[in-house]
Amino acid sequence: MQTVFSIAVDALAYGMVLFVISIGLSVTMGLMRVVNLAHGAFAMIGGYLASYAARDLGLGYAAGILVAVVGTVIIAIPIERLLYRRLYGATELTQVLMTIGITFCVIGITNFIFGPTLKTIPLPPALQGSVDLGFRSIAAHRLFAIVCGLIVAAALWFLIERTAFGIRLRAAVDNAAMAAALGVRTEIVYAVSFAVAIGLAALGGVLGAELLPVEPYYALRYMVTFLVVVSVGGAGSIPGALLACLLLGAIDTTGRYLAPEYGEFFFYLAVIVIVTLFPRGLLGRSK
Amino acid sequence: MTVASTDHSSAANLSIARRLADGGLIGALAIVVIGAIGYYLFPNNLALLTRMTAIALLVLSLDLVTGYCGVATLGHAALFGAGAYGAGIAAAHFGISEPLTMTLVGALTGSAAGLVSGVVILRAHGLAQLVLSIAVIHLFHEAANKASAWTGGSDGLSGIMPEAVFGLFEFDLWGQTAYIYGLVLLTVVFVALRILVRSPFGMLARGVREDRIRITAMGASVNSVLLRMYVISGAVAGIGGALSAISTQVVGLDSLSFTLSAEALVMLVLGGTGSLYGAMIGTMVFMWFEDTLSAINPFHWLTIIGALLVAVVLFAPKGLYGSTAGFVSRLRRGRG
Repeated sequence: MQTVFSIAVDALAYGMVLFVISIGLSVTMGLMRVVNLAHGAFAMIGGYLASYAARDLGLGYAAGILVAVVGTVIIAIPIERLLYRRLYGATELTQVLMTIGITFCVIGITNFIFGPTLKTIPLPPALQGSVDLGFRSIAAHRLFAIVCGLIVAAALWFLIERTAFGIRLRAAVDNAAMAAALGVRTEIVYAVSFAVAIGLAALGGVLGAELLPVEPYYALRYMVTFLVVVSVGGAGSIPGALLACLLLGAIDTTGRYLAPEYGEFFFYLAVIVIVTLFPRGLLGRSK
Repeated sequence: MTVASTDHSSAANLSIARRLADGGLIGALAIVVIGAIGYYLFPNNLALLTRMTAIALLVLSLDLVTGYCGVATLGHAALFGAGAYGAGIAAAHFGISEPLTMTLVGALTGSAAGLVSGVVILRAHGLAQLVLSIAVIHLFHEAANKASAWTGGSDGLSGIMPEAVFGLFEFDLWGQTAYIYGLVLLTVVFVALRILVRSPFGMLARGVREDRIRITAMGASVNSVLLRMYVISGAVAGIGGALSAISTQVVGLDSLSFTLSAEALVMLVLGGTGSLYGAMIGTMVFMWFEDTLSAINPFHWLTIIGALLVAVVLFAPKGLYGSTAGFVSRLRRGRG
C-alpha cells in the first residue's frame, strides 16, 4: 500500500512536470507543424537561469522562476524570428535536423557559459519538508509540482476555450490559411503561442529540476521524452497531452519502482503499442 | 550529342567511360585512393580511420532508407548495433571467429533487425514515424542492456578474438589488417549499392520517395518496396557493425544508442541525402571534425556541429556533395 501510494504520487508529479514542459510543444506542433526537438533545450536554459539566479545570485526560488521564464522567452524570440520562421512548411527531416542543430548549439553554449557540472536550484524552506495529508505525508515539492501542473492546465484551458485569443488560436490550428483570410493575424498568434510555449518549457524545467536534474546533456536526454508525449497525446490537444503525461508518467514510474533493471524498456514498449494503435495520438484529430 | 553522331569511336569511348563511372568504378577508385592516402598520412591513427569506415557503412545504409526512400528515422543505429552484437556474440559465445563468417553473421542479424524495425517504423508516417523509430532504438538498447548474460550489458561484450583473414593476415596491434579489411568491405558494398540504386528496384524506391500514390496507382506495393529496402539496409549496417566488432574486439551499448542514430543522420545530411558519395563525404567530414575538435573541448564541438547543421539546412539543403555537384553542373551549363 505504501509502495502503491508513493508510486502514485511520484507518477503524478512526474506526469505534471512532463505536462508543463511538453504542453507548449504540443500546441506549437499542432499550430505550426514544426517538429521541434529543441524544446527541451529551452527547458534546460530555464533550469540554468533559475539555478544561476537562485543559487549564485541568491535571489530565491520565486525570483529564480521569474528570471527563468522571462529570460528564456527573451532568448527564444530572436531564434524564432531568424530560424524557426524558415521551418514552417518544410519537410520533417529538415525540421528535425535544424532543431537538433539548435539543441547542439544550446548545449555547447550553455556549458561554455555555466560550466559542465550538475546545477541545483535550492528550494525555499516551505517546499523542503513534507506535507501531512492526514493519512499520509508527501514531499511538499512533489505537491507543488502537481498543483502547478493543474494550474497550468486550467489556465491554458481558459485561455484557449474562453478568450478571443483562444478562438483565433484554434482557428489557426484548424486551418491557418483560412484563418488568415478571415482577418486573423496568424503571425502574431504564432509568435504569442511560441512565447507562451517557451515560457512554459522554462517553468517546467525549473519545477521539474528535482525529478529531471539540470545537467549538461539535459536537452538531449529528455528531447525524446517530450516528443514522445506529444506524439502519444496527439499534437495540438491539451486533454490529449495531459492524458499522455499521466499515462506515460505512470508507466515509467511504475517500471522504475518495480523492475528497475529493465530501465525504460516498458516505457518505449508502451509508446510503440500506443503509437501503432493510434497513429494520430490518443486524442489527436483525424485528418 | 552532335559530336557523338559524327565521331563513332570517341562516342563509344565516352559511353564506356560513362558507364564505368556510373557503375561506381570511379567511386571505388576514390575510396581506395583516399584510403591509401589516409593509410600513409595517419599511420598512427588507423583505429579512427577504421571506425570511419564502419560508420560510413552505417550512413550508407541510412541513405538507402532516408535518402532513396524518404523515410526519416532516428533509430538506424539499431541495425548497426544488431550487426555488431551478432558478430560479437558469434565470436565470444559460439567460437565463430573467422572474420568473413563474422561479417556474414553481422549482415544477417543486421537485416533481421532491419526487418523488425522496418515492420514497426513503416506502420506510421510523419511525426509518429519518427517517434516509433526513436522508441525502437531505445527498446533495442534496453533489451541489450538487460540481456547482459549474452551482451555483457553496460560493461560491453568483450572476448572477441577474430582469426586471421583467410588464415594469412593476422589482426595486428596497429590495426593495419583491420583497416584494409574495412576498406575492402566498404569498396565492395559501395559497388553493390551503386548497382542496386541504379537497378529498376532502386528506381522504384525513388519513385516511392517522390510520389507514393502514383507508385501505388502503378500497381506496386509501397510497403513491400520499403520493407525490402529496410532489410538490404540492415545488411549494410550489419556489415558496418561487424567491422566495428572485429576491429575494436569489443561491442558497447553505445553502438545501439539514440546518439549514434542522430549522429548518423547528421552525417548523412551534412554530406547530402540521396547520393552514396554524399553519405561517405559527410561521414569523413563529421568524424574528422569530431576527432580534432572534441579533443580540445567536447562542448565546442557540439556548438560547431550544431551551427554547421543549421547552416547546411538553411544554405545548402542538398548537403556538401549535392550542393557542390549542383554548383559544378551550373558552371558547366553556364559555359556551354
